[in-house]
Amino acid sequence: MSANEPAPAGQVPDAAGHFGRFGGRFVPEALVAALDELDAAYRKAMSDESFLAEFDALLRDYAGTPSLLYPAHRFSAQIGARVLLKREDLNHTGAHKVRNVLGQALLTKRMGKRRVIAETGAGQHGVATATAAALFDLDCVVYMGEVDTRRQALNVARMRMLGATVVPVTNGSRTLKDAMNEAMRDWVANVDETHYLIGTAAGPHPFPEMVRDFVRGIGVEARAQCLDLTGALPDAVAACVGGGSNALGIFHAFVPDAGVRLYGFEAGGEGVDTDRHAASITGGSSGVLHGARTYVLQNADGQTIESHSISAGLDYPGVGPEHAWLHDSGRATYLPVTDAEAMAAFELLCRTEGIIPAIESAHALAGARKIAPGLAAELGREPVIVVNLSGRGDKDVHTAGEYFGILDKEQ
Amino acid sequence: MSRIGVAFDKARADGRAVLVGCMPAGFPTVEGSIAAMTAMVSAGVDVIEVEIPYSDPVMDGPVIQKASDIALAGGVRTADTLRIVEAVAATGAPVVTMTYWNPIEQYGVDAFARDLAAAGGTGLITPDLIPDEADEWLAASDAHGLDRTFLVSPSSTDARLRMTVEHCRGFVYATAIMGVTGARSQTSEAAPILVSRLREVTDLPVGVGLGVGTGAQAGTVAGYADGVIVGSALIRCLLDAPDPAAGLTALRALSAELAEGVRHPQR
Repeated sequence: MSANEPAPAGQVPDAAGHFGRFGGRFVPEALVAALDELDAAYRKAMSDESFLAEFDALLRDYAGTPSLLYPAHRFSAQIGARVLLKREDLNHTGAHKVRNVLGQALLTKRMGKRRVIAETGAGQHGVATATAAALFDLDCVVYMGEVDTRRQALNVARMRMLGATVVPVTNGSRTLKDAMNEAMRDWVANVDETHYLIGTAAGPHPFPEMVRDFVRGIGVEARAQCLDLTGALPDAVAACVGGGSNALGIFHAFVPDAGVRLYGFEAGGEGVDTDRHAASITGGSSGVLHGARTYVLQNADGQTIESHSISAGLDYPGVGPEHAWLHDSGRATYLPVTDAEAMAAFELLCRTEGIIPAIESAHALAGARKIAPGLAAELGREPVIVVNLSGRGDKDVHTAGEYFGILDKEQ
Repeated sequence: MSRIGVAFDKARADGRAVLVGCMPAGFPTVEGSIAAMTAMVSAGVDVIEVEIPYSDPVMDGPVIQKASDIALAGGVRTADTLRIVEAVAATGAPVVTMTYWNPIEQYGVDAFARDLAAAGGTGLITPDLIPDEADEWLAASDAHGLDRTFLVSPSSTDARLRMTVEHCRGFVYATAIMGVTGARSQTSEAAPILVSRLREVTDLPVGVGLGVGTGAQAGTVAGYADGVIVGSALIRCLLDAPDPAAGLTALRALSAELAEGVRHPQR
């Protein structure tokens, strides 16, 4: 099985990066030349056997993929579905994001650039980028909202240990969206020697398509593993959706399988009926943000509204344009999961399986729990749900400890 | 010909460049921004560029970001921008609007074009809308007789320069440096090269922006460009002032210095 086998032809996006009415390039002209260069390099690489072989070898020997597909029996018994966990949390650096950064770091080398910049929310993508930069001997600057540098201090230290410069961003809401603005500004100023290593399947063309293709191995593996394990395709695939790379990564290989339901779970925060959530599809509307047309949390004037989620990695007021398209086309279903639902699922996985998930991934677990009864009723049997356990929860121990009130006072 | 085109022609006949001064709508307040822009006109700024404040201005440096944040925190709405355009246009100076794309998309592209034209605005400068994605705006600007200023950059290929100027009307905006807005101690060496590349493909007036903050720099840019676009340095007059009156005094002084600069092109 090749983790990066090319996507089937004839699918979205079109040559200009449009997924139906979404996607495209809403960027300063100053970036167009760099995006064209990246697009050309990416297309050349994806048809170059030596690139694909190098990427495959890195994924296998360095990142530790294919990741396991683990039948979570005790968790399954609690939620009334046969849950198969795609263990992306076991990858090197602890999340699916290593796949994307290895792909883009290889491309950076091929384009002859010496410097990578990245934005990060939870710090997972920053750590993954700093890791790849160390491996490939690239200079690395990571922009991180000041609020996030505090709630994810451990990941800041990790990035610095790996030799990256972490720049706390103090503009706007001081979270992921502002880190992305700052990275974009850096890129406009330094585009000649710098690659902007975007961490999710969002941004201007070709990023949504390219990032998807670098992470789609998750679904390719899961599909084959599920067939091996159960003799059939799953009834549903579940993933959390912030920007949406882990969800696209696991969805994409299943898109042609009409019988497989695709569920994306957005961060519902304190509820999509409140103003404290990060559910761009279920609680937002079509707009332009960070280089693409997609679903955005915004007011009537098109000003971005600050998002909220207990999970820093989902705390983003936009979503990758392919998800917007999958939603409009009806191929995937997007539902909100609240902070409380996610934390209950977080606790349940800890206690039943001895696995501490990332709070991001806990949204997918909670979502699976939510859809299980309906699916069981519809199918007349226990449904099989593949859940993308996109990251591990080490980074979230402090947040979870505070949430559950289990930290000793002096901590 | 558009009113901006007339201003450029007149300046060209006088052997000087047009001075374009930028200020965010609603900064520091709606009335305050009208007062500031009116003061700029009376001190010699030829064309006023009213920037619609936006929450995520990726082409702008810290000064414009801060001013935009102040305007948004004060509750300025897109509709207020139109009121400001109308008030400033009443001075007789051409008023062009600069905007990131999402506020226009949410207002409704045709509705905004209609209302901007009715307010006396001449057109839009669109920093994150390239002609490739602009079909709706091309149609709306044609329908309502508005100018279209797209940006070009030192990194633009010849083919993209040609394509972009074909879609411009009024003037074309050359970003002088690779980077965000903000006054710099030196203006760019890339800018004259970009302008001469533009001369090969268009007769449209060329405005150069990003980095100009003094009369001397304005004179240098006026030596090769038809328009000198200044934003951050003017905004800083208000940001740094101890009180609004002092801010307007500083703003008038800098406007006059820049107006003097564009009248002495350094060739």
